[in-house]
Amino acid sequence: MRYFSFNDFLFILAATQWTILLSLLAFALGGLLGGIIAVLRISRFAPVRLAAAGYIQLFQGTPLLMQLFLIYYGLSLFGLRLDAWTAVTIAYTIYAAAFLGDIWRGCIQAIPKEQWEASRALALPYLPQLFLVIMPQAVRIAIPPTVGFLVQLVKATAVASIIGFVELTRAGQLMTNATFQPMIVYPIVAGLYFALCWPLSVWSQYLEKKLRVENIIGRKLEKANEQA
Amino acid sequence: MTYVFQFGIVFDRFPQLIEGALLTIRLAALAMVFGLTVAVICAYLRTSGPKPVRALVAVYVEGIRNTPFLVQLYIIYFSLPALGIRFEANEAALVAMVISFGAYATEIVRAGVQSVPAGQIEVGLALGLKRLQIYRFIVLFPAIKAVFPALASQFILLLLGSSVVSAISANELTAIANTLQSTTFRAFEVYIVVTLMYLAIAVAFRGFFASVYWFVFVRGRER
Repeated sequence: MRYFSFNDFLFILAATQWTILLSLLAFALGGLLGGIIAVLRISRFAPVRLAAAGYIQLFQGTPLLMQLFLIYYGLSLFGLRLDAWTAVTIAYTIYAAAFLGDIWRGCIQAIPKEQWEASRALALPYLPQLFLVIMPQAVRIAIPPTVGFLVQLVKATAVASIIGFVELTRAGQLMTNATFQPMIVYPIVAGLYFALCWPLSVWSQYLEKKLRVENIIGRKLEKANEQA
Repeated sequence: MTYVFQFGIVFDRFPQLIEGALLTIRLAALAMVFGLTVAVICAYLRTSGPKPVRALVAVYVEGIRNTPFLVQLYIIYFSLPALGIRFEANEAALVAMVISFGAYATEIVRAGVQSVPAGQIEVGLALGLKRLQIYRFIVLFPAIKAVFPALASQFILLLLGSSVVSAISANELTAIANTLQSTTFRAFEVYIVVTLMYLAIAVAFRGFFASVYWFVFVRGRER
């Protein structure tokens, strides 16, 4: 048995990069897939809409751990030999896409339908309507909940440690096994997660406050008063 | 290289899986009841408590909401024994779930409390009610109503998130699945069936909450 040293702390700190990298990969790829899901979810064709809704239901209604197990064990059955990184990235992409797709669907639908009607009246076809009129407005309201989801995603990457993927939590386990000091190691691990997540949470709340409609109107009134 | 699915082997052991599922449901339901109690108290303290208490509740809520559930679980199960606080795996799982759900629910209930119009609280003050009475009789019901859907989704997250307590050998649904797959070597079949069981439980609870909402908040108000 040995004591928990500064080098052990550095080992845990270094593992944080894998947590960050996995979160960013899942966010980028999941965002891509999630964007497609969101657009399909509001499609005019019922079967497409239902398929997207089914995807969201399925992956929001089952545990992330099960999704990890199924992809980890499942794909290898079909002759696909996946290394841990690929399997975990696929699982988290699918997971993130289900949540982001649902969040963004809500943001698109929050845009008043008059916007659709007005752009329709200007004879815009569906896709330009969606991408040139609705999306630019939806993106504004989508930013705070998206940043909020990023916090959820960073925390969710801890689950990958259960299938042996080495990131922050797994590094903590390894260190506990080496030093037998869970009382020191796990609070440090929790502290590092907090250091990653808390700024994002605060930022998300700040953005939400800033973008809240009454605040925007309030700021405009203030400006008008200043000018008067 | 063709894989033959054998679901029969899983269904032979279905009673075990049902037992695991019942424990999962029991854990989640207990965590919800206790967690909601924590939340109602903390939401009150967070909005109307003395300043240091307010800060303390904020630290609890932010601390839990910005760290992974799995790490909280490890702290409770592996770290606390160093301080002489020892839990069995299932107890540790429940304690972690209560603490975690309590923090998320505090934030949700607080949002509900703040959505109650100030006029209603003033009416309570005018009637000479004490602050706790106002909270209990005027604010709480509409507050919970306003955030009921958010609480319901948070419960579903709790239910699904509970599958990670298998990591400390609590014997709920996922843990049973792990045991089954290591004895039958039918990992894919086991996990497919268990995943669908989780889905069924989640869908059933969504339906349950929708009907609770209707009976308590919609029909109850008509009378």
